[in-house]
Amino acid sequence: MSDVKNNDGRKLRVLLIDRSSGRAAILEQALKDAGYVVAAKLTGVTNLYNEVERVEPDVIIIDLDSPDRDTLEQMREISRDRPKPVVMFAEDDDSDTIRQAVKAGVSAYVVDGLSAKRVKPLMEVAIARFREYQALREELLHAKVSLAERKVVEKAKGLLMQRRGMSEDEAYKALRKMAMDGNKRIAEVAENILAVADLLI
Amino acid sequence: MNVALQQNLEKPQLTLGFIPLTDCAPLVIAQEKGIFGRYGLEVTLSKETSWANIRDKVALGILDGAQMLAPMVLGMSCGVGPVHKPMITAFSLDLNGNAITVSNALYASMHALAPLQASVPNRSAHVLKQVIDARRAADEEPLVFATVFPTATHTYELRYWMASAGIDPDRDVRLVVVPPPQMKARMESGDVDGFCVGEPWNAAAVHAGIGRTLITKYELWNNSPEKVLGVTQEWAEQYPLTHRALLMALLEAARWLDQPHHRREAAALIARSRYVHAPEEVVAMSMTGTYRYAVDEAPRALPDFNVFHRYAANFPWRSHAIWFLTQMVRWQQFKAPVDFRRIAETVYRPDLYRDAAAQLGVPAPSIDYKSEGGHATAWSSEPHITLGSDLFIDGRTFDPTDPIGYLAGFARADDSGKVVSLIRR
Repeated sequence: MSDVKNNDGRKLRVLLIDRSSGRAAILEQALKDAGYVVAAKLTGVTNLYNEVERVEPDVIIIDLDSPDRDTLEQMREISRDRPKPVVMFAEDDDSDTIRQAVKAGVSAYVVDGLSAKRVKPLMEVAIARFREYQALREELLHAKVSLAERKVVEKAKGLLMQRRGMSEDEAYKALRKMAMDGNKRIAEVAENILAVADLLI
Repeated sequence: MNVALQQNLEKPQLTLGFIPLTDCAPLVIAQEKGIFGRYGLEVTLSKETSWANIRDKVALGILDGAQMLAPMVLGMSCGVGPVHKPMITAFSLDLNGNAITVSNALYASMHALAPLQASVPNRSAHVLKQVIDARRAADEEPLVFATVFPTATHTYELRYWMASAGIDPDRDVRLVVVPPPQMKARMESGDVDGFCVGEPWNAAAVHAGIGRTLITKYELWNNSPEKVLGVTQEWAEQYPLTHRALLMALLEAARWLDQPHHRREAAALIARSRYVHAPEEVVAMSMTGTYRYAVDEAPRALPDFNVFHRYAANFPWRSHAIWFLTQMVRWQQFKAPVDFRRIAETVYRPDLYRDAAAQLGVPAPSIDYKSEGGHATAWSSEPHITLGSDLFIDGRTFDPTDPIGYLAGFARADDSGKVVSLIRR
């Protein structure tokens, strides 16, 4: 696997900066499986200059919510302290990779001179993992919302059964009809019923 | 705002990015006071954690526009930095608003060497130079100073201030970048000895008794340009009426903000956790016309610390674009020759500002360029236009028609030839 090695023939060393330690752990495993060395994983606020100096990474993968991006941006300026500048990956107008990465919530910086061909597969692993994590989080959020919606519908059904003497089935059908007539979701209709009931009490 | 104009907006729903700094105020006020709505806009304000994110998201169209660093908008348009995208700005969000603060330990060294001058803003860099020379003689590590981004106004301000006293910022100190909300903590831990940042982060360090402000941006260059509203050129061409409505809303918000009796309310609004997320009294310090340089000193009157509208503050002066470009050349951020005037004319769009201002009956300057450094008090460039004082700390003057001459005045002996060769005549 020549792709994962840098110009010296050594495996690419990766520094991971991610405020979400769960996601960092998943990505770390994926990168190890793909044959990279995850030299360090930072999940909190640190002095990034010291870390980069200590870890000497070839590639830095960073989540977009981390404010440390601006510090990395400065490391591209050649300075007395840093003979090998750190540059943003896909700097040369590979806007498709940048777009995919930003949408997934991740960005990458590499040591200047490292060929894009070697970094791209690594970047693809990161983008894929960030996307999966994003999807998972959205699913979880969705599940939470549906649970909350189900509770509202149950409550509205109970109200109809109690006040109108309906059976559970009749109450549900009544809600469904109101939803269809009003072109609304059942949860919305249920919420309206509860709100109105609150007002009347 | 007439209804027909509202209905013609090409893109009434917008997402605009901002960074937690006092000068996101025009965006926050336009939102909280319902001003965006009055101009037919439904705006989501997106708090961003880094300038790099703002840049990337605006360039990719994930954000419609954002509070941006003026030199960043120029840099993106002419190849300084990693993301290249033609940008424009038709609106300056504010003037002044930054300061340079040093740690208590560094201030103590300054005070020990020059007790009468250390606390005098326009002598402070000279005292720092004495400290640096003394440290070098004692073979101590260079001092570390932080700004917020490579192409930030803060970077050029800190460098200008240092160089005005003969300090070479590339050789005599170590320059780093630290996110504004972390400045205070990094100074406290001893990682940085000084920084140049926007409010409320100087006030936060002073308030906590961690550092002392040496000089404000106002004192460095009176009424100098700060953040802008940045959009891509493509976006502005695609949504001209939306852009104009946005400019009008921001102009109204900026006008509201500059009435002194609104500043308290403004400070309370922007201090909220969804915006700047800092204590209200810290945000209010600079916003209400005073500034505290040290925790054991009474606040001094500094009515122009934050200027949001007066002195034609919102006008995108092409001469300001040229000034930023001179500093990018001065500090060798360009890799290839640049045409100052062409960049200033493409990126800075006073014509669009005038169009929006005319709709509101707000007078706008009829000229695009002005000189700097010659006015010690407010002055009138033409009837109905009052501009602020514009002195530089070192007494220099800037003539936007002669950037090469201006740069030659700064050149270090060893690289003057290099600098001048980067400017296309």
